[in-house]
Order: sequence, then C-alpha cells, then structure tokens
Amino acid sequence: MHRLEEIWLALSAGILVVFMVIVGYQGFALGMGPPSNMDTVDPQKVDETEPFDEPGVYKRGENQYEVIMTLQAFSFNPGDIEVPAGAEVTFTMTSKDVTHGFQIAGTNVNAMVMPGHIQKITHTFDEPGSYLVLCNEYCGTGHQLMSTEITVK
Amino acid sequence: MAKPLRDIIYDDPKKMFGLNQEDARIAKSYLSVAFITLLIGGILGLLQGLQRAGLMELPAWLNYYQVLTAHGILLILIFTAAFTIGYLYSGFSHTIGGLLPKVRKLAWTGFGLILIGVVLVVATILANEASVLYTFYPPMAASPVFYIGLVFIVLGIWANCFGVFINYNHWRKNHKGQVTPLFAFFTMGVFVLWFFGSLGVTYEVLTLIPWSLGWKETINVMVSRTLFWSFGHTLVNIWYVVASSAWYVALPKIVGGRLFSDKLARVVVILLVILNIPGGFHHQIIDPGITETVKFLHVFMSVSIAFPSLMTAFAMFAVLERAGRRHGGRGLFGWFKKLPWGDVRFLAPMIAMIAFIPGGAGGLINTSNQINQVIHNTLWVVGHFHITVGVSVVLTFFGICYWLIPFISKRKLTLQMNKLGIIQTITWTVGMILMSGSQHLVGLLGDPRRTSYTTYGDHETALSWIPYEYVMGIGATLLLLGVIIQVYAVFNMMFFAPKGETEFPIGESEDDESPTPLWTERWSLWIILMLMVVAMAYVIPIVDFVVNGPPGSPPIKTW
Ligand code: HEM
Ligand SMILES: [Cu+2]
Ligand SMILES: [Cu+2]
Repeated sequence: MHRLEEIWLALSAGILVVFMVIVGYQGFALGMGPPSNMDTVDPQKVDETEPFDEPGVYKRGENQYEVIMTLQAFSFNPGDIEVPAGAEVTFTMTSKDVTHGFQIAGTNVNAMVMPGHIQKITHTFDEPGSYLVLCNEYCGTGHQLMSTEITVK
Repeated sequence: MAKPLRDIIYDDPKKMFGLNQEDARIAKSYLSVAFITLLIGGILGLLQGLQRAGLMELPAWLNYYQVLTAHGILLILIFTAAFTIGYLYSGFSHTIGGLLPKVRKLAWTGFGLILIGVVLVVATILANEASVLYTFYPPMAASPVFYIGLVFIVLGIWANCFGVFINYNHWRKNHKGQVTPLFAFFTMGVFVLWFFGSLGVTYEVLTLIPWSLGWKETINVMVSRTLFWSFGHTLVNIWYVVASSAWYVALPKIVGGRLFSDKLARVVVILLVILNIPGGFHHQIIDPGITETVKFLHVFMSVSIAFPSLMTAFAMFAVLERAGRRHGGRGLFGWFKKLPWGDVRFLAPMIAMIAFIPGGAGGLINTSNQINQVIHNTLWVVGHFHITVGVSVVLTFFGICYWLIPFISKRKLTLQMNKLGIIQTITWTVGMILMSGSQHLVGLLGDPRRTSYTTYGDHETALSWIPYEYVMGIGATLLLLGVIIQVYAVFNMMFFAPKGETEFPIGESEDDESPTPLWTERWSLWIILMLMVVAMAYVIPIVDFVVNGPPGSPPIKTW
C-alpha cells in the first residue's frame, strides 16, 4: 500500500468513528434517540384496547400533555389539537389499518406508525402558530388528504 | 502488461474475435428491454414531476399512485436488472472467453421468466389492483397476481445468477492457480449479492401470496418490512458494484492510464459483499418495535459501507492523476485538464463519480439516527436516490453504452454520436441538479415524498413548497429529454451505426504491480462471512418481532 493511501484510509476510519461516537452520544446520553417504542396492541382491536378506546388530549402535568391518537386511512383522531405555548406534548399513537407516517412539518417530529405497534414521540412547542401535521407514508388513494393541524397559542 | 497476440490466441481463442454472436444476442435482448423500460419509466417520472407541482392533471383512469408504483418497479428493478445482466454477461463472456452453452440457456430462461413477471406486474398495476408502490408494505394487499409476477422476476434473476456461478467455477477448474480476470470477479460479486440479498424478500413474497389469497389470515408487518429492506438496500449496493466495475476496469483504459491496483479492487468487492445486507435497517430508523441499541448497531453497520467507498474514491483519483500526468499534465492540478473531457465514455462516468461525493455524504446524513428524523419520508430522500442511483449509477450505465453497444453489435462509435452523448450527459446532469436539488431543499422544509399534488387545505407551510415543486417539474422535463436522447443513441448504436470493430476497454495493471493473491478467490469464505454478518444483524430483531410481536394484520385495500 502507498503511504498516502494509508493516511487517507486512516483518516476515513477516524471520521467514521467520530461520527459513530456523536450519534451514540446524542442517542444515549442526551436522550435524542429515534422514536423506538416497543409496546404492541392487537391491530384489529384498537378501539377496544386502552388507551386507544378514548383518543384525545390529556393534561399530564404542569404544561405537559399526552395525545392518545389513532391513525386510519385517511385521518388523525383526534384532529385540530390546541395546546398552549411551551407545552411538552407526548404523542402515543397506533394505526387501525395500514402503515402511516406522523410528521409535523417544520419540527423534528417524524415517526412511523404501524398496525400492531404503539409509537411514542415527544416535542416541546415553544413557538406559537399553526403547525401542519401530515401523513408521510403512502397509505392509499387519499394519502395526500391525510393531514390536520396543531394550534399553539 | 499487455499479452502478446500469440498468448491471447493460445489462452482464449474466442477473445480474438470479439463477442460471439450468441452471447451478443443475449446482451442485445437484455439491453433492449432495459432501455425500453427506461423510456416508459422516464415518461411516468415526468408525469409525476408535473402532477406534483400542480402543473398537470392525470386522466381519470390513471392515478398518481399507479404511476408511482410503475415508475419505481420499472426503473429500480427492471431497468437496472436488465442493464446489469446485459452488460455483465457481455463483459464476463468477453473476459473468460465465451459462455458455456448451458449458461446461455439459463440466460434465455431468465429472460423469459423476467418478461412474464413484468407483464403480470404491469398488468395488475394498470388494472389498479396493485397500487402498493415498489415497497408493497403489508398490510396493504395487492392482487396475488402482482406477487406472483414478482416471483417470476426473482426466478429470472436467479437463473442468471446460477449461470454466472457455473461458468465461473468452470473457468477456475480449467485455470488452476490463476486468478480470474478482474471483470469476471466483479461479475461474481454482483451475482452473489443478488442471490443472497434476494432470499429474504423472496421469503416475504411467498408469505404474501397465500395471505393475499385469503388462505392465511394475517401477516407480521414488521417481519415483512424488514425482509423487504434487507433486499432493497442490497439492491442499492448491487448497482454500486456494477457501476464501479466500469470505474475500476474500463475507465483506466479510456483515460489512457493503468489500473490502480487489481488487488485493492477485489478487496473492495469482497468488503461490499460481506458488509452490505444489514444496511437495510437504516430505512427503519424511526420504526417502532426495534430498540435503540439495535438501531445503533445498525448505524454502525451502515456506516461501515462507507469505508470501501472511500477506498474507491482514493483509487479513482490516483488513476486519473497518473493518467493525466502521463499525458503531460503538470503541477498540482495540471493533470486534471489533460483528461479526455470531450469523450463521452469518460465524461459520463466522471460526472457519475463526482455525484457520488454529495450522494455518499447525503447517505451518511440519512443513516444517522437524529438527522434521519428530519428527512425521513420527505422529498429529501427522493433527491438523495436520484443523485445516487439516478446519477452515480445511471449515468455510469449511460456512459458504458457508448462502448458496450458498438462492441456487441460490431459497430463504431461515430464522432456525431459522441457529441450527442455529451449533450445527453449535460442534459441529464442539469436536469438532475434541478430536480434532485429542489427535492433536497423542499424535503428539509417537510414536503413528504410519495404524495400526489396537495396543498393540505391551503396550509401556508404547504403553499411555501410549491415554488420548489415547479423547479422539480422543470428538472423532470429535462430528464425526460435526456432519456429520449439516450434511448435513441442506444438503438442507433445497436442497429444503425456504421459497421466496425470497437474495443471493450479493459485496463491493464502497472508494469511493477505484484500478482494478485489467490486467496481473493475464496468465495465460499466470503459467503460464510457475509452470512455471519447477516446473522449478527438480523437474528435478534427478527426473533423479537416474531416472539414479542403483536397479532398480525389482515389484508387491506385502501385504494
Ligand atoms: C426522467 C427521469 C426521471 C424523473 C423525471 C423522475 C421523477 C421522479 C419523481 C418526481 C419522483 C417522486 C415521486 C414522489 O415521491 O411523489 C420519483 C420517484 C422515484 N424515482 Fe424517479 N425519476 C426519473 C428517473 C429515475 C431513475 C432513472 C430511477 C432509478 C433507476 C428512478 C427511481 C425512482 C424511485 C425508486 C422513486 C421512488 C418511488 C417511490 O417512492 O415509491 N427515477 N421519480
Ligand atoms: Cu396515512
Ligand atoms: Cu439503504
């Protein structure tokens, strides 16, 4: 091997290792890991299973909320959510039919919501405004209509 | 070192006379299918580009998701597979001195199977019975005919895999103590990956058939999705090995240089074969049901693929620099100007390699857990794979055509055709910069992929995406123009260009290069290592999905 090639490869390996360290640090030390909830639910009995038998917005603490949400072709339930500015909101979601995606445009909220699995993701809404929530995984003819809004006051 | 003519005749008499007629017919058939598919896929691509921007409406009998399903399957499965087989089989035949008769038969069998598969798949999509996109994630269920069509396509590809394995072993037996030609080595790498990489998805499809027929009530959604991506991601690296076969083997000859290192090229192929399949998990970074620890392990596995790519980057620069200096280039960058920029056989793969720099960097971004949340399923991803597949791979394929097709059809690349090729390359590059560039940007703003024209009830965020979508539409228009030029060039060179001899460029090693060690040919070892890596990556999550998984899902049709 040539000297230069050795240097190049050592640098490459070094950069990749640093990259891994950063990803690992953010994930495990800063709690910025990707949404990876492990709970499950019978996808054919979502409506009868707690907590999805009563979807809605629940206050869980001082400016802390939990949204229990079901996704189905082609809507989010509940839709048109309102929370105060600064609210920390945890979305607990599952799908009643096919795979959907849960994305809030302009934020880092993005998670796959699949039948049989309960997905969770938390976000703090600091800026007031109207946030567009949309489904970002193709789920059928009406996929482009599957959206709602979160209003932060 | 170039062999004396006498030795060539002695070793491989068939090599003297170019590709034999029968092998050429196989190659021409596959390449014809590839470029007809490209034309259809490109037209569909333009429809998408214009529909999404709200510039055009589709007729009532054809909806956006039918178009998108066909675009995805035709281009990433059929076009790339047909091109790969046509190209690799020609080069393989050329470098090992002709295919065995039974291997030819396998190639034709594969051809028939793939065609049957394509007809079944396309017919179900047109009938609106399979608007499930190329990923066909259950529990969305297509007509069983769609899955059966996919099985035919896979069997067709396997027939070609077995053909290569048989011929490779035959050559090794008759050339004891010799390493195979480098091109044949790349061919072997590609077909090994294809075979092993498609086992998982084949199993998935075989479980979907009884389920879609109603014989089996439910399906495990996560297992299916994971098996799909074990293949989906492998496919990406298959293209990449195919493209780099031209970078490593043909390009040095085209620029009038020598191979960088025969051994290093083989090590890169071996690494890609061993490390590749687990990369599929980076498509599932924000999925539920996979722990963060497992996801972290998979980031590592994905990132490790970058290592052989960086080796390739070094090797390519070294080859080009040496060639440029050999032709009188001086100073730090003088060699760069001495490269044959006016030769489409160089220009197209060169731009393809340059595109791999942003493409590879984008890939690293996508695979990092946190940033993935910003871009997952947005148009950013579409921008990413149009620059990697659409430029790094496809533009290399286009560049290959300008010598491969005259070679197999015993014709010449004319000066006019070269000029047309340059125009094509520039059209394609500009089109992709516009389309892929705008997709990257608007993806960062949140515009989702796989979504037909919508303003989400005139929400201001969605309205702000529209200008980018116009640029995407303009890029798409240029790209279709590029497709038309390319398809014209291919068929012209295949049937109408002036007769003559064209060389299949095979780079030679430097004079002082030490011989390549025989251990590189130990495919059984590489395959065992690959299977071990696959086991490390997949056993834990799959067992988890099965043992701790929820009850399955019944088939659902939402279109
Ligand atoms: C004329 C050239 C092309 C144009 C105008 C074009 C346009 C597009 C557009 C606009 C989309 C996004 C659709 C969406 O997410 O809503 C798309 C998706 C896609 N394109 Fe292309 N494309 C072209 C060529 C290619 C080529 C050469 C390949 C690969 C070999 C390719 C592979 C794909 C794939 C895999 C998708 C994703 C399909 C999916 O999400 O299901 N495209 N294309
Ligand atoms: Cu949806
Ligand atoms: Cu991938």
